[in-house]
Amino acid sequence: MARTGPKNSALRVLVWLGVILAVLTAVLAGGTMAGQASWAPKLALDLEGGTQMILAPKVEGGSDINEEQLNQAVAIIRQRVDGSGVAEAEISTQSGRNVVVSLPGTPSSQTRALIQASADMNFRPVLQAGPGAPVPAEQQTPEDQLPKPTAEPTNGSDINWVTPEIYKQFEALDCDNPAQDKQERSDPAKPLVTCEPATAAQPAIKYILGPVEVKGSNIESSSFQLQQGAQGAVTNEWAVNIQFDAEGTAKFKEVTERLFQFYTAAGGDAGSDPKSQFAIVLDDQVISAPRSLAVITDGRPQITGGFTEQTAKALSDQLRFGALPISFEIQSEQQISATLGGEQLRMGLLAGVIGLLLVVVYSLFQYRALGLVTIASLVVAGALTYLAIAILGWTENYRLSLAGVAGIIVAIGQTADSFIVYFERIRDELREGRGLVSAVENGWKRAKRTVLASKAVNLLAALVLYFVAVGNVRGFAFTLGLTAIADLIVVFMFTHPTLRLLARTKFFGEGHRFSGLDPERLGAVPLYRGAGRVRSPEDKPATVRAKNAGAAAEAERRMTIAERRHAEKQEQLAGSSKSSAKEGK
Amino acid sequence: MSNTFANFGNELYTGKRSYDFVGSKKIWFLIAAVAVALSILLPAVKGGFNLGIEFRGGSEFTVSNVQNTDTTLGTKAVQDVVEGSVPRVANVAGTTMRIQTDKLTDEETLAIKEGLTTAYGVTDNEVTSTFVGPTWGADVTRQALVGLLVFVAFASVLMALYFRTWKMSLSAIAGMLVTMFITAGVYSLSDFEVTPSAIIGFLTVLSYSLYDTVVVFDKIRENTADLDASTRRTFAEEVNLAVNQTLVRSINTMMVAILPVGAILFIGAGLLGAGTLRDLSLALFVGILIGTAATIFIAAPLYAWLREREPQLVSQAKRVEHRRHDAAARAAASASSETASA
Repeated sequence: MARTGPKNSALRVLVWLGVILAVLTAVLAGGTMAGQASWAPKLALDLEGGTQMILAPKVEGGSDINEEQLNQAVAIIRQRVDGSGVAEAEISTQSGRNVVVSLPGTPSSQTRALIQASADMNFRPVLQAGPGAPVPAEQQTPEDQLPKPTAEPTNGSDINWVTPEIYKQFEALDCDNPAQDKQERSDPAKPLVTCEPATAAQPAIKYILGPVEVKGSNIESSSFQLQQGAQGAVTNEWAVNIQFDAEGTAKFKEVTERLFQFYTAAGGDAGSDPKSQFAIVLDDQVISAPRSLAVITDGRPQITGGFTEQTAKALSDQLRFGALPISFEIQSEQQISATLGGEQLRMGLLAGVIGLLLVVVYSLFQYRALGLVTIASLVVAGALTYLAIAILGWTENYRLSLAGVAGIIVAIGQTADSFIVYFERIRDELREGRGLVSAVENGWKRAKRTVLASKAVNLLAALVLYFVAVGNVRGFAFTLGLTAIADLIVVFMFTHPTLRLLARTKFFGEGHRFSGLDPERLGAVPLYRGAGRVRSPEDKPATVRAKNAGAAAEAERRMTIAERRHAEKQEQLAGSSKSSAKEGK
Repeated sequence: MSNTFANFGNELYTGKRSYDFVGSKKIWFLIAAVAVALSILLPAVKGGFNLGIEFRGGSEFTVSNVQNTDTTLGTKAVQDVVEGSVPRVANVAGTTMRIQTDKLTDEETLAIKEGLTTAYGVTDNEVTSTFVGPTWGADVTRQALVGLLVFVAFASVLMALYFRTWKMSLSAIAGMLVTMFITAGVYSLSDFEVTPSAIIGFLTVLSYSLYDTVVVFDKIRENTADLDASTRRTFAEEVNLAVNQTLVRSINTMMVAILPVGAILFIGAGLLGAGTLRDLSLALFVGILIGTAATIFIAAPLYAWLREREPQLVSQAKRVEHRRHDAAARAAASASSETASA
């Protein structure tokens, strides 16, 4: 009975490992079939080719950037990069300070300039608005009917700003499929034709806007809250508040005085004169264009209408950081040709394979058939790591970089170490004269602690590096941590159960000379040799006491205290074979 | 051969063969001190490390699949555009050229790119350019240092909790520092460029070094667990036995860890030339060797030295001495076990 218990539990653990592998494979297969995942891990830029820019956001005035501002910076850059039509650009932050932009291919100098420029927010009055789609060519206003300015415009809302060119541009503009070549910033003194991109709540709208009337830098702060009704009761409507500085207050008062006239002239709430709207423009795109429902004299306008908590917060953030122009300094820009990246990957893998083969040869040489367990364990660890990377590439968009590949190659050694520690402990137990089955159990008990403690150090290193470090270091730390976890899974769920099973085979159990666990080769002296003969501490081959005699003689007796006591006990019980009962445990 | 190695393991295990790592600590400490001093002096005399472009700042061009690996072609292509500049041109791998210059403007970059394309007879997409601001490398280093400090702090606490003694933490960290300095010294000696990849390598070496020490220390912990009740060996002798008993494991682990790294360093680097992998693997190769040695020669003896003055262990050592004296006098083995239990 005592022998079938461990055997069954070992089998059960192996089955569980099989289940884990099967589930991971099934998840990946499902993702691949759904067309979202792929069998090959996603590659980072340095392997796939492309351009990586690392940008350091700089806030005007030189103060340090905080996390909120950094997130805002990412949002700004994402808008710019998406606007410049680069497909598959990736934007992320690094160590709370930098923004990393990864683009396939080589960006044009205009794209670079656009990405680097500081955020530009301002308020412009709306002159005309229309649905986002372009007016079909045959319906476009004929040349002679185009609006022509009759006089110099007198204020921002003056329709005389609209020249035939601007009107043609407005009609042709396609906000549903925005053009990708916007490269230069608009002139604040001139009218602007632009889009408000489509959102979940409304389709895209295009506008002709008057010149800039209030600059973003005039915003002092912005917040969002639930709107208060007439009696001061809180309603369910979200509202965004703006607080202008003195200059902004004066200018905004002037603008709203004018805009409010259009609003009342058009019939108040029922009317719809676009000229009663002012547009909040960020990087030349309209982010909101509310109507002016009142003259704002105190510089504290409130924007309402159709906000959810998220959209109110988003607009409020944009307004707040529009007030703090963030510019970007390129810290590093790296272009990697796809061929060079591929070459590096190929050579890296080749070197890794050669290294792995050397490890295989060395393990077989050192551990004979036991080396096969090492190799099988490495294969399982490799499969786990591979599946994890491929699945993370799908779900978390994790990309394998060259540094990550290096991390995996380095991990081969540290993974194999768990097995080495374990095997050496088993051999130690065999040297003590234990049978293989109990040597495996006892060796495991001791090796387990060591493996857990040492892997904790590894995981700690990986975690700290991941959260603190920048650049390539992160990809490296990630794979290092991943392989440490895979290693733990493999040692607990594969190597140990496999050895428990193997210990019961004839080949290993009887210590075949090629099994790597041959007690004779390991110099073991059985504790119990039958017929009441038990080894005593003195029963060992005597050595010539040459140098270092004292310590050597001392060390020659056995090793750990526990074992020594065990032997002493046996010594006292000499003649009785009771002690051998411990063997079978 | 394997047989002899297994034998070697047996003899180490039983104590038949024993290397006196702990006893000769003065020699090891002296060697380590000299090596560390040299590692600090060498870069100082040489005028610092050979810093990579990430630390100097500048522009770098890579030309792949060149017909002709003549470095003067690259120098000329750069000087045609920027007069008087002294680019570093190197053939980094079979058919790849690397040209590093000072910081360039966008126009200069484009012009040099074109010049290189014609000079080396390659197509447009085989020339790539990289721009690195001078603060980037410093940024990586600063963050790496922060990471190092945080890691050391956490690891010390972790080890102190696990081993229940801060002296093990201290010894392990000391061994790690020795490893770090010597690895940096070798890096300086090799004249490899210090790049962010090399920094990654250093950080890994730190983690490897502590990892290796924890494995050996765990055996020491096991061997010295109930030392108080024993008069068989003194504390230092137990530590030395533990190191000897784990010696085979140390050698095997080192070999398995170093084989793939060595493959990258000697095979990969030969094919690839300078780059992430080579920079990383040199630091690792040296670090794994030194780290394994530092555990055996520095961390363990230092731990023994720190502990053996504790009053409890001093009296234990006296008892051991006493027992041995007794045993020698009486030459009767049976008496010894009585004294032990007393």
